[in-house]
Amino acid sequence: MDPMAEIRLTFFQECEEQLTALENGLLSMQEGDSDSETVNAVFRAVHSIKGGAGAFKLNALVSFAHIFETALDRVRSGDLVPDADAMKLFLRAADALADLVAASRDGAVEVTAPYLAIEEEFNALIGGGGAAAEEDEFASLDFQPIITGFDEPPPPPPVAAQNLFTIRFRPLRELFAKANEPLALFRELARLGTLTTTCDIKNLPFLDTFDPEDSYLSWELRLETESQRAAVKEVFDFVEGDCDLVIELAQSAAAPTPPEEMDITAILRKVREEAPTIAAAAIAAATPTPEADAAPKAAKAAVQPTIRVDLDRVDRLINLVGELVINQAMLTQRVLHSSHVRDREVTASLEELERLTREIQESVMAIRAQPVRPLFQRMSRIVREVADATSKDVRLRTEGEATEVDKTVVELLADPLTHMIRNAVDHGLEGPEQRVAAGKPPEGTVRLAAAHRSGRVIIEVSDDGQGINRPKVLQKAIANGLVPPDTQLSDSEIDNLLFLPGFSTASTVSNISGRGVGMDVVKRSIQALGGRISISSAPGQGSTFTLSLPLTLAVLDGIVVTVDEQVFVIPLTAIVETVKHEPSRIHHLGDHSFVLRVRDVLVPLIDVGAELGVRAPASDLRSGVAILIETANGTRSALLVDNIQDQRQVVIKSLETNYMRVDGIAAATILGDGRVAMILDVDALVGPRHHDWAAAETPFAKAS
Amino acid sequence: MIEKSLKQQTREAEFVAFRAGSLEFCINIMSVREIRGWTPATAIPRAPSYIRGVINLRGVVLPIVDLGVRLGLPGTEPTARHVIIVAQVGDRAAGLLVDSVSDILSVEDTSIQPTPDVASQLARMFVRGVIAMDGRMISVITMDNVLPAGMDLEAA
Repeated sequence: MDPMAEIRLTFFQECEEQLTALENGLLSMQEGDSDSETVNAVFRAVHSIKGGAGAFKLNALVSFAHIFETALDRVRSGDLVPDADAMKLFLRAADALADLVAASRDGAVEVTAPYLAIEEEFNALIGGGGAAAEEDEFASLDFQPIITGFDEPPPPPPVAAQNLFTIRFRPLRELFAKANEPLALFRELARLGTLTTTCDIKNLPFLDTFDPEDSYLSWELRLETESQRAAVKEVFDFVEGDCDLVIELAQSAAAPTPPEEMDITAILRKVREEAPTIAAAAIAAATPTPEADAAPKAAKAAVQPTIRVDLDRVDRLINLVGELVINQAMLTQRVLHSSHVRDREVTASLEELERLTREIQESVMAIRAQPVRPLFQRMSRIVREVADATSKDVRLRTEGEATEVDKTVVELLADPLTHMIRNAVDHGLEGPEQRVAAGKPPEGTVRLAAAHRSGRVIIEVSDDGQGINRPKVLQKAIANGLVPPDTQLSDSEIDNLLFLPGFSTASTVSNISGRGVGMDVVKRSIQALGGRISISSAPGQGSTFTLSLPLTLAVLDGIVVTVDEQVFVIPLTAIVETVKHEPSRIHHLGDHSFVLRVRDVLVPLIDVGAELGVRAPASDLRSGVAILIETANGTRSALLVDNIQDQRQVVIKSLETNYMRVDGIAAATILGDGRVAMILDVDALVGPRHHDWAAAETPFAKAS
Repeated sequence: MIEKSLKQQTREAEFVAFRAGSLEFCINIMSVREIRGWTPATAIPRAPSYIRGVINLRGVVLPIVDLGVRLGLPGTEPTARHVIIVAQVGDRAAGLLVDSVSDILSVEDTSIQPTPDVASQLARMFVRGVIAMDGRMISVITMDNVLPAGMDLEAA
């Protein structure tokens, strides 16, 4: 890749981050956060995008960012206190900016009406003409680096007289960790001229909380020298980044201060003796020092260091670790089976190896884990757009954005979630008048929450709208021929009608939801992720869609079963229980169809061997183990297998990479003996061929 | 000399020759990834008869095609002496179960003759041409149609 393209790529990657920061900041401003740090962060984000865009001559982006920035600058300086409408404008502008960035990346920039409209609104907001007046400034704009911590005034003109620098120097822990020594720096400074040092010890803690490896001291230095700032700064070259450093040119030739002999060890000793009293004094002081106040803010701003890694590399690593796990299992099995003497040390080593492999696997999986935050942020944009289009007042409340899920799950969740959010705003929430009439606040709320629960991720989309209109749903289902006209359905059965293919039809098509994508597609994509979806709804109070998803698509807990010498894996999530297999509980329904009685409930009994074509359908099912399973739509069935071997975690291997999708098989895996085993797709196994069964339990399932 | 080797590159190709049933076949060496001994395969439910199943190739699930059965020859029960040729088909990999690998052939393009018209429709799907060599006939296999047709649909 040529270097410019690489830099360009980095710029757009950074843009993504800036846009996220921008939206984050704006949202918290909308929540009433008027902290100057937040406003600054928002401003910085737009400013950085503008600067980078200038370097790449992305003029449309620059000019839009500039107007945005100008408006934000007014907010920053306090000239403009944004009201709710202004905040909405800012958010819309952020969306538009994101679009422009995307368009610039793809090379197709068209400044269309929406952007111009937003620009107009900005001009109105900031009192017009603002942009025009500053036209020159951004026309000649060159690359502007992101603002750094050290704001340096321009170097002073050379003066023959002595310069006086005040230097505030606070070493950080890292400085000492890298074997640097303030004393050496001070000696170096002293060589430039006359140095006065004052040590600040007020941050010293009690001895009982004293961390000998931490840094608690800071110094105020006064340096009289003929040298220029550059020379002074050079002294700190090696510790840059490992200390807080401010170098100020106070004045040339101030009153000379008598040089003081400097002995750091003596100071330190003194400090250590005095520390408790000083600390006590500090605590006794009612008002916290400004420094102490500033500290937590700085800590908040500190970002954990990260690196960008090519996703391919991570996936390769994950694959390799998957192989390692299989090989380790194979090795263990072979050693334990073949060795004549059970060597305890070998066994112990094997166990240690197993523990290590598992730990490596978990750590590697964690690399792919991503917080759902970016996904949720995308949803807030969807909410804004749909709310605008339907003229509803909607607020999106998000919870648990830090919840981490596998990257693929996050990515594949975007479409179904978008659809559900659209539905919630478009169909779920009422218009403002209707809401007021129902005694609700005019502003509707859509809640998006994520949480970890027993090894799975639960994502809830709920609204405080009108709830599912059950009579209407039933009426439509009957009209579409999905259920017979005289059917009596329970509330939850009616709710589940929404998931039927063919339910979403032309009569509900609006330009927002109902773009030919129904809830059945949502359900299918969730199921493809190994997840489940359920609805609960209360009339007049709103609906909640609950998604339950696996944390990763790479491993799965399952039980290993045999059918006619062949080994299969059944996902544990589908299994309700294993049922004692007694011939008296099996009822024959003719045509190789059987039902199993489980505590007075009759469920279809499916012979896995016959269903998969492993063996011919048996006329009686007297041997084997029945496993009661529940499919994603909540119907229960029993699977008949010959034997249950084991319960274990298996690595999911795609069958489609080199072969194709097989009906009834979800994926493949590799077992401890190195052989491939098929993972059953319980839903498909129970579903299509057993409509009659399903109909017996849930009449409406007779969809196709 | 350089000229000559360049010339050779453009006109000559290497083929891996193997036996399946009583017949001899060959496949372009560029599509062969590796050759390995037979390991028992796991059957895939609802698969066509020529799919022997899948094996674990260093963590990758690899389908095995019984080439003889695929070409309409009677199937054989694979033994440890059988060989799997791991070949690349587009962006997928598949194993061909064959009786033995016999040779590596350097063949000039011109010596590959079009498949004679007598060949059955089935054979014509996989045989790109034939090579007459030392009184033997070797069919040049193309991998394109060896795997089930539905796979391409799934991939799209």
